[in-house]
Amino acid sequence: MHSSVSLTSREEIEVHRFSWPVSIGIPVAAIFLQVFLRIRFLTVLDLPLLVTIFFAVARRRPVPGMITGALIGSLQDAWTGHPIGLFGIAKTIVGYLGSSLGVKVDVDNPGSRFLMTFAFVLIHRFVYMAISLQLVGGSEAWIWGHTLLSAFVNGLAAVVLFALLDKLKLRN
Amino acid sequence: MENFFARYKNPLVLMLVLFIQVIALATQVKRPEGAKAGNTGSGTRLIRVWTITAFTPVEKMFVSTGHFFRDGWHNYADLRGVRRKNRELQDEVARLQMEQVRLKQDADQARRLQALLDFKEKFISKTVAAQVIGTSGTEQSRVIIIDKGAHDGIKQDMAVITPDGIVGKVKDVFPLSSQVLLINDHDSGAGVILEHSRLQGIIRGTSLGELQITDIMSDEQIEAGDHVITSGGDRIYPKGFSVGTVVSATPDRDNDPFLAIKIKPSADLRRLEEVLVVTKTVEEISPVAGGSAPMRAADILAQRLPSIPKQDANAAKTSGGTSLGSTPTGTTPTGTMPTGAPKASPLPTPAKPNQPSNGAVEQKPAGTGASAKQPAAAGGTATPTAPMKADPAASKPASSGQTTGQSTVPSGANGAATATPTPAKPKKPKAPSATPTEPTAPKASNQPASEPPGATPTPTPERP
Repeated sequence: MHSSVSLTSREEIEVHRFSWPVSIGIPVAAIFLQVFLRIRFLTVLDLPLLVTIFFAVARRRPVPGMITGALIGSLQDAWTGHPIGLFGIAKTIVGYLGSSLGVKVDVDNPGSRFLMTFAFVLIHRFVYMAISLQLVGGSEAWIWGHTLLSAFVNGLAAVVLFALLDKLKLRN
Repeated sequence: MENFFARYKNPLVLMLVLFIQVIALATQVKRPEGAKAGNTGSGTRLIRVWTITAFTPVEKMFVSTGHFFRDGWHNYADLRGVRRKNRELQDEVARLQMEQVRLKQDADQARRLQALLDFKEKFISKTVAAQVIGTSGTEQSRVIIIDKGAHDGIKQDMAVITPDGIVGKVKDVFPLSSQVLLINDHDSGAGVILEHSRLQGIIRGTSLGELQITDIMSDEQIEAGDHVITSGGDRIYPKGFSVGTVVSATPDRDNDPFLAIKIKPSADLRRLEEVLVVTKTVEEISPVAGGSAPMRAADILAQRLPSIPKQDANAAKTSGGTSLGSTPTGTTPTGTMPTGAPKASPLPTPAKPNQPSNGAVEQKPAGTGASAKQPAAAGGTATPTAPMKADPAASKPASSGQTTGQSTVPSGANGAATATPTPAKPKKPKAPSATPTEPTAPKASNQPASEPPGATPTPTPERP
């Protein structure tokens, strides 16, 4: 049991595990869909971020969560031509926060999943912009409308996607 | 210390991971000196190459699969209407082919009509364009039917021509159509001149549909390819129209002293579509339009040469063609071809010194038949403009009484009809009975009494 205050029940803080194919295949598929399938809607939807959040929250362990986020982000950087580390740092932070949050909050509820995803999208976007502007020297502008829309859409998508990915959890 | 790491393991790992990534990021961003400004350092290049290389096959597979299904769907969607589209296209092709044929026919017809128009403007004063609407349909008679008849001013014996050459003459006239006897019919004939040698003759059709000249002596030099034109003496075909070219000239076995000269017609008589019917020639209308006929070289020559003094008007009237001293020929054997009417038409016949004016064709004299066959009419230019019958009475004085029953009399008349006429060329006797030299020709001009009373000679004969 955690010594700190937790808002989750005993069952809710259960650490879920995933098979190796799922642990590798789902992030790769998410990056693949995000990068190579040129669906206009996917420019708003951030599937790698959703997968990062899901695995981080489900595992409820910060180190694997941040590592997962770092790998997914770096892979996304490699594919998308960004400087490697740009998405990596952002998703590392999100993975760490997600896994940390999953220990304290009930993240299996659709509402909480929506709000959690909504917040993580904003954080991811904020970190990304900060790194891009401060470290890489990028010139992207923060657009609130687009950012909030993206957060909203990703929150809704997370509710559906997480419900599907729950079926891939390994049960004892 | 160990407790510190255990307690802050997660944040420390986080910082480490972030630090590594920041270092990697800084390496990429601050490496541009030396490397290109693309900010992709060599350290990260391998990562990109590996990831992209690893996932490119997957990407290709997905893309190919997507293309397979997409193309399959598109092909299916496209093939759904292919059969109907194919039918429509075939119909369209058929329609366009028919339209192309029609347009080609229109264009060809326009070209032919343009050629006819140019030709008409150039040579003929008044013609009627007609369309060939039928043929005789047999090899025995070569007749075509045109869509112009009496209502269009067509009359019998009018010449039918094309820009290429003569075609035939109007045989029968109906109110709305006419029958044209082609020049290669065995009943046809026309007075012609060999352009190069200036020999005159009569061209006739054969039973095989060929054109042949049979009244030129075998001692003449006839070359293949020589152009044959109308002489105008038949009073049907205007002078100077192309008839054809000589194909061969061989001795005529049936008519021994003469040649059988085969002629290839200029006009394609087998593919006639549009023709012109000559309803009036320039020569016919020029006196009316212009008033005075232009002075011709023969007239000038006749005036300059010594001639017999002018007779009085009465004598001239009665003498028919002997009115002027320069025009003594009187008896122009220029009968019309089919009808055999030996009337001398009022048209002037062309007269060159060596070109007899009257190449009458198929003339069957109504009278004794002695009329037309005078090979040597003196003063070749003088054909009396007065309508004079070529009956025996009129022709005898000039023809020295030779009755051959044949029609034309080419005469190599030279110059004016003076008292010293030069005998005509002996080359072109039409009939074997015609003597090549015609000593009596001059006499004819001086024997006005031979003119029948009915003849109305004009004192001023026109000379072509």
